[in-house]
Amino acid sequence: MGTRHYRRKTSHSEHGPGDGGRTGSWRVERPVFDRNLCIPCKRNKEACFICWLFCPEIVISRTIPPTVDLEYCKGCGICAEECPTKAITMVDEAKFAEEDKE
Amino acid sequence: MQQAKTTILSLPTQEFVHPGTRACTGCGLSIAYRVGLKALGPDTMLIVPPSCLTVLQGLFPVASTKLPCLNVTFASTAAAATGILATLKAQGNTHTTVAAWAGDGGTSDIGLQALSGAAERGDNFIYFCYDNEGYMNTGVQRSGTTPIGAITANTPFKGKLQQKKDVPAIMAAHHLSYVAACSAAYPLDLYDKILKCRDLPGTKYFHIHIPCPPGWGYDPRYGIKIGRLAVETGYYDLYEVVNGEFRLTAASEKLVEKRKLVPVREYFRSQSRFKVLTEEQIADIQKQIDEKWEGYYKKSD
Amino acid sequence: MHIIEDGNAAAALGVRLCRPQVIAAYPITPQTPVTEKLSEYVEEGSLSAQYIPVESEHSALAVCIAASSAGARVFTATSANGLLYMHEQVQWAAGARLPIVMCVVNRAVGAPWNIWNDQQDSISQRDTGWIQMYCADHQQILDTVIKAYWLAEKVSIPIMVCYDGYILSHTFMPFDLPEARAVDAFLPPFQPEYALNPREPANLNTVTLPDVRMDVHGELAHGYMEIRYLLQEDLRLALGAAAEMEKRFAGVFGREADPYLEPYRCDDADFVAVGLGSLTYQLRVSVDALRAEGIRVGVMGVRFYRPFPDEAIARALTGKTGVIVFEKALSYGYEGALASDLKSALYEYLGGTGRLPTVQNFIAGIGGREIHTQDLTDTLRAAIQARVSKEPAWIGLKL
Repeated sequence: MGTRHYRRKTSHSEHGPGDGGRTGSWRVERPVFDRNLCIPCKRNKEACFICWLFCPEIVISRTIPPTVDLEYCKGCGICAEECPTKAITMVDEAKFAEEDKE
Repeated sequence: MQQAKTTILSLPTQEFVHPGTRACTGCGLSIAYRVGLKALGPDTMLIVPPSCLTVLQGLFPVASTKLPCLNVTFASTAAAATGILATLKAQGNTHTTVAAWAGDGGTSDIGLQALSGAAERGDNFIYFCYDNEGYMNTGVQRSGTTPIGAITANTPFKGKLQQKKDVPAIMAAHHLSYVAACSAAYPLDLYDKILKCRDLPGTKYFHIHIPCPPGWGYDPRYGIKIGRLAVETGYYDLYEVVNGEFRLTAASEKLVEKRKLVPVREYFRSQSRFKVLTEEQIADIQKQIDEKWEGYYKKSD
Repeated sequence: MHIIEDGNAAAALGVRLCRPQVIAAYPITPQTPVTEKLSEYVEEGSLSAQYIPVESEHSALAVCIAASSAGARVFTATSANGLLYMHEQVQWAAGARLPIVMCVVNRAVGAPWNIWNDQQDSISQRDTGWIQMYCADHQQILDTVIKAYWLAEKVSIPIMVCYDGYILSHTFMPFDLPEARAVDAFLPPFQPEYALNPREPANLNTVTLPDVRMDVHGELAHGYMEIRYLLQEDLRLALGAAAEMEKRFAGVFGREADPYLEPYRCDDADFVAVGLGSLTYQLRVSVDALRAEGIRVGVMGVRFYRPFPDEAIARALTGKTGVIVFEKALSYGYEGALASDLKSALYEYLGGTGRLPTVQNFIAGIGGREIHTQDLTDTLRAAIQARVSKEPAWIGLKL
């Protein structure tokens, strides 16, 4: 099948997630939250969210607890570095290899 | 009247960029762009020349940005903004914001003529120069805003020998209603400045310091720290020039009260691109920074 | 209404009648009077448009590209090095399929500096994907501007309306200025298929891959090659649209013309001179002189140069003994571009039939060198008598 009847004759892109592709296959480390240290988790109310603010990939939710979309997290570690209570640890993906298989 | 400062909790949650972009891991631009678009809001049209942002935008037929965006030739960003604006005027549309986002090469080098032309005409749009201090998207070559001492792909051994071009000062010389210097490490300062300038007339210019892991040579996790260090050392200042009135903002404003700068050496030693800077050169730059800040202190007394 | 004005005024009056919404221009001789006039119209209020005095030609076309992308009818004009400075944007406008109309007031290009007329500027933009139309008098300038908007918007391809600097741009001639109502009947307001806007956001001219790729709806979208192929295909189809354009134009304005060619005394001619623009009208004088000598010669202007009306040209030249191509431009290192194109068309349609006319190529008026009609007559006569040279011969060269 070709593109003869495609609706545009120009480079006309529409927005959608994940054009850069999923990161799971190459990410080296993933952020893991310690809810005992995470401020909004501890206080059980909206607070801090520094990880959400500085996430370049928009994969950390502004929720209690914050969650990470691992489909697109590149594992940069900015969240871990900026977390004021050190609640986020970057963990080697190898550790999850077994888990993910299950 | 001073507007209320935005906090993380009051920052709108609506996103205009999809996750899963083609930007590098830990990209500083991604942060500034994301927060900048929050401030610009849904009624905005974007203009983007070739740059890292073109990469971030994605490949046809998929785009990562939810706002309308016109990709234009390298040298024509500001002129294209004028063109969009002219059509909006012709259509009687006074509500849509026109915003251009270009890199430092696209602004300080090849795009400077068009930007100067648009600014001189006073065309009513916001121009963002995201300054990662080099042609990063083409493999880290020097640009007009690469700082002295930085190793790039075409200043490979000695580092750049010339000073960084002061583009905000050039733009301020166009008698703009608003010129701002921001940093990806201070996204709320960027957010508030965008809100502040939106209703001011003519061209508004934003210069945003953008830490770049592959271009600057640091572990991506330290991007915000390094951006902050640039400000805390007094090396890169956050400020605004409102109708010709210069004022330091956010962390830079606080530095005037504290009167204590972190030694610039810490900033240089945080990135491999500055590895050829000698202690003498660093001392020289420290002297220049101290003199600049003496001026700030005097002004505040 | 018949008026007497110069060629640039004819262009400006034509543009005003087309109601462009955005005009951007940078001054360069001999284009300046067109855009000065338009700025007057905008300031006095006789034309409701945004007039943007940009800081360069590159920006002039940038404004037009962006404004057109957002849905406005746009206009710009330039000459010579101004057009060359735009070159990147010229290519861009075609790839983005924007119906921009631009007057090119033909002038020689540097180096060395030269402000006088030839056609090296627009001919050098031949391969950019724009439609190129050439004018031979003031009426044609005005009419072609109006037709160009209709055609450009019909096929989503930008158009250069080319006319000779000074010879047409700065000389006065009578021409008919149509009523605004008639132009409105011919040319409806611009309705783009898509205009950039926040309600239906799109990202235009993003990086496009060599191969095809799925879009967000799961539909297979073009690669770069398909987008470029469609430009070529639509350019070829524009030849048909041009015929429709002329028919519609004749219906509204009563001026009927062949969309591609303008033959003069060609029907029974054994030899036909061919050229672009005002030179072909000057050649009419030579043709008349040679006819008086009993030589059966005619002249044919090519009004539509890109897309190249190859079939129409081959048909018009079928049965001729010889074709003599006069050009004010050159594909340096070979010959005139029109001569090459024409030979290619003849080869395609008449090759192997044994009826291929001979083709000779003459270069004239480079950098505004005066073209004496007597020289044209003598050149034609000599070319008809015997082949002058394999290489293009330069008329009036004083080496």
